[in-house]
Amino acid sequence: MVKGKFGKYGGQYIPETLMSAVLELETAYDYWCHKPDFLEELNLLLKQYAGRPSLLYFAAKMTSDLGGAQIYLKREDLNHTGSHKINNVLGQSLLAKKMGKTRLIAETGAGQHGVATATAAALMNMQCEIFMGCEDIKRQSLNVYRMELLGAKVNSVSSGTGTLKDAVNATMREWASRISDTHYCLGSVMGPHPFPTIVRDFQAVIGREIKEQLMNVENRSPNAVIACVGGGSNAIGSFYEFIGDETVELIGCEAGGKGIRTAENAATLTNGTVGVFHGMKSYFCQDKYGQIAPVYSISAGLDYPGVGPEHAGLFDAGRSRYVPVSDDEALEAFEYLSRTEGIIPAIESAHAIAYAKHYAQSLGKDKIIVVTLSGRGDKDVAAVARYRGKTVYE
Amino acid sequence: MNKIEQAFLHEKAFIPYITGGDPDIETSEKLLYALHNAGANIIEIGVPFSDPIAEGPVIEQANQRALKAGCTVDWLFELVERVRAKIDVPIVFMTYYNPVFVYGNNKFAKHCAECGVDGLIIPDLPFEERDELYEQCNQNEITLISLIAPTSKSRIARIASASSGFLYCVSSLGVTGERHQFDDSAKLMIEQVRNVSSIPCCVGFGISTAEQARQVANYADGVIIGSSFVKVIAKYGRDSVDEIWRLGRKIRQAINENKIQK
Repeated sequence: MVKGKFGKYGGQYIPETLMSAVLELETAYDYWCHKPDFLEELNLLLKQYAGRPSLLYFAAKMTSDLGGAQIYLKREDLNHTGSHKINNVLGQSLLAKKMGKTRLIAETGAGQHGVATATAAALMNMQCEIFMGCEDIKRQSLNVYRMELLGAKVNSVSSGTGTLKDAVNATMREWASRISDTHYCLGSVMGPHPFPTIVRDFQAVIGREIKEQLMNVENRSPNAVIACVGGGSNAIGSFYEFIGDETVELIGCEAGGKGIRTAENAATLTNGTVGVFHGMKSYFCQDKYGQIAPVYSISAGLDYPGVGPEHAGLFDAGRSRYVPVSDDEALEAFEYLSRTEGIIPAIESAHAIAYAKHYAQSLGKDKIIVVTLSGRGDKDVAAVARYRGKTVYE
Repeated sequence: MNKIEQAFLHEKAFIPYITGGDPDIETSEKLLYALHNAGANIIEIGVPFSDPIAEGPVIEQANQRALKAGCTVDWLFELVERVRAKIDVPIVFMTYYNPVFVYGNNKFAKHCAECGVDGLIIPDLPFEERDELYEQCNQNEITLISLIAPTSKSRIARIASASSGFLYCVSSLGVTGERHQFDDSAKLMIEQVRNVSSIPCCVGFGISTAEQARQVANYADGVIIGSSFVKVIAKYGRDSVDEIWRLGRKIRQAINENKIQK
């Protein structure tokens, strides 16, 4: 494999000004990722600060209600800050610290990555600035205040569609103007090499734990692993351990929005074509002239017109498959899991729950599927209430 | 010697930028004539892109206006073909890589050659990734122009010695748009280039006034100015042609105050 490439995807398609920064990061990561004391320090943080390992929970009621495959939930929602994002952020901020950086900048969609980054910055005594689309700021005002409470500055990005893609643009621009003391703590398995590899490595703990935990209770590997995909970090983190084991089906759930035949979705691998954007070659929602499409999803975290290059490679190779899940299906799953298991999932994760519900029913009771619950749904409660016609003040 | 290289033979080059199709394609055509008449040695036409990550707000908004006006790269190919009948100033497209890649690298390079586009500047196609387009450009005699930045350091020698046309020297960190002052980053970069290559070095990003253009032309072979022109276009729209000519003349004269030293 060529370094930083996943099949023909990946690469480093960024302005020359940023090349030194990504090369510096690549060198630093290659050095530190093998150092036992770095890994030990990170593992200690994951254990004592983030609360790892996260639980692998057998969803008995959901399983019996659906009457098909046994369903396990990988509870990333129980991590400190409420999602899988902390796994990556602790790794990157520790790396940034080793590199002598004193300032973290990051994009955020739903605010989960922004909160995680602001948290790590507070913990590690670093400055922090978050870039967030103005539409997302409206949708997730509680997370905005949370970041400010943690000491971060939140910048509203009003260019373009005012969502995650524009927040990434703004963060890249900011990085290009201030590199020497600043690390761009990218939130997903996307962007220029080495980010897709670094973020995947820091998220791969999810899949490693799934394998070990399931082995302990069931003495076997799962038949399928299901996760939601925006940029794709919780999904690749869940999949990575199982890529070599062809008996494990890997399924990513994309934002189908208001329907994949409408213009309002973010189903990149269902509808997209190959392009080059945000530093990487991958699939993107775009028009025939390569203009990036304004995408839509009820979930701010999945509202992104591209997907990480490793997913693009797995998709082309047929190793994983990707299904669109609509807003309505995700909402229904959001409410279903709340009532059935007493677990309120993030609206992003609800996309994976929705497909799992459907898929479990098509499988026999001897089969096991693991669904990664990437985050908790507290942040979405008010928006869901509004969607259902109830006014709730955050 | 190709047309781009010839542009540096007799004077320090004045290289203005406009976003193609802003405010509309007819005005763009008139602006190209105005810039030519003002004494531009090379003209950069920006191919509008939805997400121009190397641009500041002025050029980003110009991209949005052009896209809103319906401008596509096919319109710009036709535009260049039309103006070629009247002016032979070298024209380069400043485009992000995705519009090229999705169009098809080979088809894009071929259309450039057919319509009279002389070169391409692609800010998000760094040296490490350029091979996938380089061959198609070569075959069609399109110059793929490389960029260097203050952060390039040890990369400068490698990039400079493998470049043709001219080297686009990014003046300072950050995105396009006005700067109040410059440090000597660009000057130092050019000195580094001179150790390995005699390729013309043009400085861009942030040069907005005639005085800044004069200062930069002291040590550079050419001066690239974008946001200042785009600002005028944003203000006057279809009526910006005369203003653009006036601004172009002013900058041309400022650059000319520096005699060419060869």
